Amino acid sequence: MTTTTTGMSAQDGAVAPPQNRQGTLPDRQRLERAMASFVQDFGVTAALYMESCVHCGQCAEACHYYVQTGDPKYTPIWKIEPFKQAYKRQMGPLSPLYRLFRLKKPVTVGELEKWQELIYDSCTLCGRCTLVCPMGIDIPSLVLAARHGMQEAGLVPHDLWEPTDRAEREGSPLGATKQVLKERIAWLSDDNNVKIPLDLEQADILVTVSSIEIMKYPQSLVALAKVMNHVGASWTFCSDGYEATNFSMLSGDRKGQHDATMLLINAALAVKAKTVILPECGHAYQAFRWAGANVYGKPLPFRALHISEYLAEEIRAGRLTLKSDPRSMTFHDPCQVARRGGVSGAPREIFKALGADLHEMSSTPAANWCCGGGGGVVTIHRADSLRHRVFHLKMQQVEDTGADILVSSCSNCRLTFDDGQAFFHWDKTAHSLLELVADNLAQRH
Amino acid sequence: MNGASLLDFARGPAFEAAVAMLSFGIVWRLTGILALRRSVDHSRPRTGFGWMGGLRMIVSRSWPRREFRERVLHWDIISYLFHIGYAVAILGYVPHILLIRNLVGLQWPGLPGGVIAFAAGISAAALLALLGHRMTSPVLRQLSNFDDYFSWFVAFVPLVTGLMAYYNIGDSYQLVLGLHILSGDILFAWLPFGKIMHVILFAFSRGTTGTVYGRRGAAT
Repeated sequence: MTTTTTGMSAQDGAVAPPQNRQGTLPDRQRLERAMASFVQDFGVTAALYMESCVHCGQCAEACHYYVQTGDPKYTPIWKIEPFKQAYKRQMGPLSPLYRLFRLKKPVTVGELEKWQELIYDSCTLCGRCTLVCPMGIDIPSLVLAARHGMQEAGLVPHDLWEPTDRAEREGSPLGATKQVLKERIAWLSDDNNVKIPLDLEQADILVTVSSIEIMKYPQSLVALAKVMNHVGASWTFCSDGYEATNFSMLSGDRKGQHDATMLLINAALAVKAKTVILPECGHAYQAFRWAGANVYGKPLPFRALHISEYLAEEIRAGRLTLKSDPRSMTFHDPCQVARRGGVSGAPREIFKALGADLHEMSSTPAANWCCGGGGGVVTIHRADSLRHRVFHLKMQQVEDTGADILVSSCSNCRLTFDDGQAFFHWDKTAHSLLELVADNLAQRH
Repeated sequence: MNGASLLDFARGPAFEAAVAMLSFGIVWRLTGILALRRSVDHSRPRTGFGWMGGLRMIVSRSWPRREFRERVLHWDIISYLFHIGYAVAILGYVPHILLIRNLVGLQWPGLPGGVIAFAAGISAAALLALLGHRMTSPVLRQLSNFDDYFSWFVAFVPLVTGLMAYYNIGDSYQLVLGLHILSGDILFAWLPFGKIMHVILFAFSRGTTGTVYGRRGAAT
């Protein structure tokens, strides 16, 4: 019996529980598509990772899901076990031996469905496991490859598939369509008396945004505009390419990821931008700064900067001048920006320029605990209670700093913090670094 | 087969077959991995010295970061006791050095037999502790497969038989020595086909990730 995304049986109309399957493909085809996709991802790097694992289990000790639950199924490398099994059986240099002696069983759709929770609900792609692995295996890249396979097989959790599908149809996972963007910009511009350029023919800088900011934190757009105007930049939003979150990357949809990336690239080319500024969104940074050129197939003819990098650059150039804000603060480094993105110095330059009393967290920016909402996990409601358990680690880490104010530079983290704050009745709210800067712009004389 | 003929077999055809399997296996497995598609990273590197991140990670990943030590350092230390003890026993024992000299022409001064026995004993004890950990930790039990236990076995037996030969335990010295050399042959032959291949692969996988992270300017 096959089911659709509505959960209705294709044959008898009865309600069937698995809404977390897309399409009506028979299992055999789902499996073939998953494996074909997985093979497509396989190159030297993934093979090296698959071959090098010594089953030491140390990745579990770095994973917030395992640390908080003690459940071995959350061991990061275990999360890709069916794909590892498929690799060893079908692709590895020893695969003839594995098949000859039946050392690895073929993977089944049932196994992939069972693993859906591990591949999606309990991996934020934070990469803390990479940092502890004695073999240096970058497990998130393997989880992403597994997600590609799951997407091809139509086995994505519905809660993540739905916004991804919406992003592909409407240009935004949260309904922040081109029209909504235009209305928001008009409204925010009027209400805040700030100039927000949209669809200029030419600008040195194309700014992009996360749908979370448009829909939940619209003041971020105002803050961005204030800063850009303050430094006297030539900049614009472009309604043909503005949404940088790239949910398709998170669900494993390569085509959707490609299309979302190309919208931004084409918009940047159209306005002849020299720089694209990526919003306070970790996955947007990862998807465009590090994966964008590979989607494009050649180096991007412009720079791509996270907003915090741009702010630090402008401070260094003396164009961004700030008032002192000596309050006691701590900073949550978004995993995709710091640990996996390489940006950890820029936010600290900004805090220094603000004269803030910065209380660093117990771990270095690279080994920071994830907020628990990355990788699309925050959208998957069946994972809420697990997400709250891992959020507790983050909350404790923030509390241990003794700082009064929590700041981050990722709207997805901020959303996760807001949810955790409400759940735990916590007295800390996560603030935006960009908004903090905009609130402290020095007067121009 | 008596002790003398076992010794001849272990030193002769078995050893030659083991070296052949070791060489062929390493080349086969490495080629099978390294000949795969290599994707070009078109992203603009933050630093032009990403490869230095690769070199750095090859070294840095030998010891856990401060943040992880509380949870993993004790097992790392036990693992190091096994590895270092093993290396001392292999590379410091004079008969082993003579074998290496005959094979590749390199030689160095050996260590006293007592030191070698001590190192081998520590290594064997550490290996037993690691096996106990693997069999009792839910995480490791879940991850472990035939390769993990068989690789443990082929690493452990040469230590035990080596110590038995050194202390002349057993009825026939020739038989024990023959078993020791044969177990070494099996270790050589198995190395490329199981997890022990990590003695070579670790540098490749660490170096690969380190290079990716290095060009991003991320911690390596």
